[in-house]
Amino acid sequence: MAVTHTTHAAHEEHALPWWRRYIFSMDHKVIGIQYLFTSLFMAVIGGFLAMLIRMQLGFPTAKFYWAQWLFPGGFTNNQIKPDFYLAVVTMHGTIMIFFVLTTALSGGFGNFLIPLQIGARDMAFPFLNMLSYWLYPPAIVVLLASFFVTGGAASAGWTAYPPLSALRNAVPGSQMGQTLWLVALAILIIAFLFGSLNYITTILQMRTRGMSLTRLPLTIWGLFVTAVLMLFSFPVLFAAAIMLLFDRTLGTSFFIPSGLVVGNQLVQHQGGNPLLWQHLFWFLGHPEVYVLILPPMGIVSEVMTANARKPIFGYLFMVGSIIAIAFLSFLVWGHHMYVSGMHPLVGAAFMTTTLAIAIPSAVKTFNWLATLWRAKIRFNTAMLFAIGFVSLFVTGGLTGIFLGSPAIDMYFQDTFFVVAHFHFVMASAALFGIFAGTYHWLPKMFGRMMNERLGKIHFWFTFVGIYATFFPMHFAGIAGMMRRIFSTTIYEHLQGLAGVNIFISVAAFLLGLAQLIFIYNLFWSIFRGERAGRNPWQATTLEWEAPSPPPHGNFGPQLPEVHRWPYDYSLPGASQDFVPQTVPVSAVPAPVHGGAEPDGGPAS
Amino acid sequence: MSPRTLEASPRLPDIPVGSGGFPGGGGGAPFPDRPAAPPATIAVWLLVASVTILFAAFTSTYLARRGEADWIVGPLPSLLYASTGVLLLSSGVLEATRRTGGRSLEGVRAGLVAAAALGAGFLAIQLAAWRQLAALGIFLASNPHSAFFYLLTGAHALHVTGGLAWLAYAAARARRAPTAAAALAGAGPAATFWHFLGGLWLYLFVILFAL
Amino acid sequence: MIETAERTANRAAARNLSLGILLMVVVGGVGSFLLSRARWWMPPGASAQAADIDRLFTTTLVVTGIAFILVHVLLALFVWQGGRREQAAYFPEHKTLELSYTLVPAAILVTLVSMGAVVWARVHQPAPAGALLVEVRAEQFGWLFRYPGADGTLARVDPTLINARTNPLGIDPADAAAGDDIVTRELHLVTGRPVHIRLRAKDVIHSFYVPAFRVKQDAVPGMTLDVVFTPTRAGAYEIACAELCGVGHYIMRGKITVEAQEAFDRWLATQAPAAP
Repeated sequence: MAVTHTTHAAHEEHALPWWRRYIFSMDHKVIGIQYLFTSLFMAVIGGFLAMLIRMQLGFPTAKFYWAQWLFPGGFTNNQIKPDFYLAVVTMHGTIMIFFVLTTALSGGFGNFLIPLQIGARDMAFPFLNMLSYWLYPPAIVVLLASFFVTGGAASAGWTAYPPLSALRNAVPGSQMGQTLWLVALAILIIAFLFGSLNYITTILQMRTRGMSLTRLPLTIWGLFVTAVLMLFSFPVLFAAAIMLLFDRTLGTSFFIPSGLVVGNQLVQHQGGNPLLWQHLFWFLGHPEVYVLILPPMGIVSEVMTANARKPIFGYLFMVGSIIAIAFLSFLVWGHHMYVSGMHPLVGAAFMTTTLAIAIPSAVKTFNWLATLWRAKIRFNTAMLFAIGFVSLFVTGGLTGIFLGSPAIDMYFQDTFFVVAHFHFVMASAALFGIFAGTYHWLPKMFGRMMNERLGKIHFWFTFVGIYATFFPMHFAGIAGMMRRIFSTTIYEHLQGLAGVNIFISVAAFLLGLAQLIFIYNLFWSIFRGERAGRNPWQATTLEWEAPSPPPHGNFGPQLPEVHRWPYDYSLPGASQDFVPQTVPVSAVPAPVHGGAEPDGGPAS
Repeated sequence: MSPRTLEASPRLPDIPVGSGGFPGGGGGAPFPDRPAAPPATIAVWLLVASVTILFAAFTSTYLARRGEADWIVGPLPSLLYASTGVLLLSSGVLEATRRTGGRSLEGVRAGLVAAAALGAGFLAIQLAAWRQLAALGIFLASNPHSAFFYLLTGAHALHVTGGLAWLAYAAARARRAPTAAAALAGAGPAATFWHFLGGLWLYLFVILFAL
Repeated sequence: MIETAERTANRAAARNLSLGILLMVVVGGVGSFLLSRARWWMPPGASAQAADIDRLFTTTLVVTGIAFILVHVLLALFVWQGGRREQAAYFPEHKTLELSYTLVPAAILVTLVSMGAVVWARVHQPAPAGALLVEVRAEQFGWLFRYPGADGTLARVDPTLINARTNPLGIDPADAAAGDDIVTRELHLVTGRPVHIRLRAKDVIHSFYVPAFRVKQDAVPGMTLDVVFTPTRAGAYEIACAELCGVGHYIMRGKITVEAQEAFDRWLATQAPAAP
């Protein structure tokens, strides 16, 4: 025990060849960073696809010579073709949801933060962890390869409803492209399941001494509950994907009914039910969106408390809300299917559970507001994004209330109102969580601070850009503009929307460009950023006890011992405005200089 | 509202600490801070939960499909009785080894190998059962029941293959284990998964042919 | 204690963010909403259920609008104050406060749910006697309609009988009710008369969406779904397909005419019977 385990471990690590240290690493920190960078790569692709969508919707008659040069199969006369457009729409959604947000949040931040914040040296199963990451690039290859096969990439939407996704001649993307889509997802789902298993086991079994469940940082609560959600919901999509693959390639009829006629040919399949796919898909699909929002909520809580120098308000209700949201998320999937042909009574039942899930979300929002009340706020970039998150989450969440009511949803289902809703909560709020987390934890990951000036510019362009891009989509939806349509020209009721679509597209292009500032800042800071100390934000959680960056084994020879909850900021009687979790109760130093009032008044 | 003491935290209910990870273990391995209770035990239950949900998804689709007018239950290949027996026997051998094998290291090794061999036997008989059905002209796409039959038995067999690999790994580790107890401890999670697969098979059998 | 320059910069950041939220989100949000209300909004309701649905929508809009403004004003205020404070308050919880903002949203949502349930139930009443029966059949990429004719019964269809030119719906000529079925390319309805649509799809999932009627129902192959509503305003309307159905999804427009009974009868008389 006297042997310095970290030196020993670190020495062992240094003895490994470079490809085992950086490529096939079993260190959770390296794996987390691998996930983050791979997600960034996919985000650029997914974002680029979004630009193609907006080019078409904003400027349907314009000619894009460079795009024709890049995608000769997808463009004609320098304009995008309808079938390629649908492939772009499908792949944009698929990539962003599964290959960017899920991987960055759970794979990236989950891996990096969990052992550090619970005081462990690594995950419970480092080998499984490495395996989990290394399923991700093959899934990417399979997915992106689908652009190059006959018929092109899958084109039935990220929701892949059969029969459109099941019958090869229903849409070009339903040839090989859809098969590859299903295979890629199946591979990635296995990666997620391995990861979830690891996280749950690690959080349950490997917390350091004193780290009881009620002393866990909210980031860990978010990631923990998310892992449980993933474990219980992804297998359902996996099952559905296998059955759809069988329908497509082996002649079964799980989802394909009798009597279909496609392209003037009678389809041989018999007896299946397309609604079964929808039930299975959304049984995953709905918890999936909470998989995407719970970690950002945890991250935002962490960033906010550290920069408000004030405990997060209502820790117990916050944890309770996370658990309530997760539990309820299994009971609401039917709200994606109100007009699907499901029985109306079932729809009414789902309405109740759906609006119920708004309650814990509201509680969390008010808790964040209460955290900010009477806070002493440090407006660094991470905090700007955390505060921005609250705004975006509220905007997106409130529109969910419309959609949760089936009689209202009848009008809005499959219109741009829905697109606006999920881009606010998923794309924007979840993305802001990722940004806040990056600015906050990059110092710990690489030992360098990100540039604050560039960060603030990035924040403002992004915050304004997101509102400018997605808020008007509500109006397009209210006017009745449907989703996934190549053009609005044929419909009279959509004729007035040209201006709105142009505005949205221009805003989207600027929003996209602004992200280049982030990417530049990210890479510049990693190599040239100001060196970060161990605890640049003066935060209380355990990862700040480790060096920046932490060595293999994370902490010194001794694992930290936890004596308090993570949010003792501005604790009355303490000499600093934060007390790390490792400080024993008896050892908090002498009262504040200058005799500041414990209730927060100014120091004399 | 603001506690004037230096005590940490508001009164939060204290959920007991897990087996922790605090340095207490001996030296030797790079991370001696591993907890005493093996994480593999928790992990196998999580795996069981995950696989349960997978089959719940398959079988709920099955039950929904069963309600349709064109549903006919296919013939039960007689070899399935044999394969069921072999799988249950395999679980029995494994369990007997765990309960009585603490005395003899040889006994543990033999038991694990026997259970694995029986498991391989199960897979072989399942394959033969498939061929029994194929000989009758019943294939995957022949009718809805057969589609589910091949899908469910195939998915189950894939998981059995994984479980078998795990048992084989435990058996190999047992050969190098210092004591019978250590060998048994290593095999614990693999056994849990194996018994689960046996139970799952019974469930599938009933769902496919006895409902 | 942070230095003066930092504190000044911090106060400026607080002010900018606070103003940003107020201007962009509150003013911009409300302003753009008012602009939209004037220029891009739901078409005026043209069915009996539109009034109920629009009322529900407006109520929800008011409730969420108040929440939207309230939360953002508070956010802006706390942000502003937070940039100027010297010492944060140690205020980790307040069970009563938290309970109240759990229960108040719950109460509001329960109210909205109840209102919503009533409207939803009303929308799904069975077709009253005397309703105009018509089959709407969606396909890649258009709509076909079938009226039952004098016998009031829609004949059986069999997909194996489908012939794109002569029998696009696959009507079974052996069915006695087939003789008077009328297949048309436009949907005509009668002002004030309830309509009972039997909705089908030939190939993939489509969706029958008429914004002015506040009606949407997915057309699922293998199922025949009922859509019941009463058009209340004469005029021309469009059916928009609202479920991705392939390359032609964006051109899958259907034409609806709502007219008086006599005009409808005259029109129907000019349509040829299906006679497969």
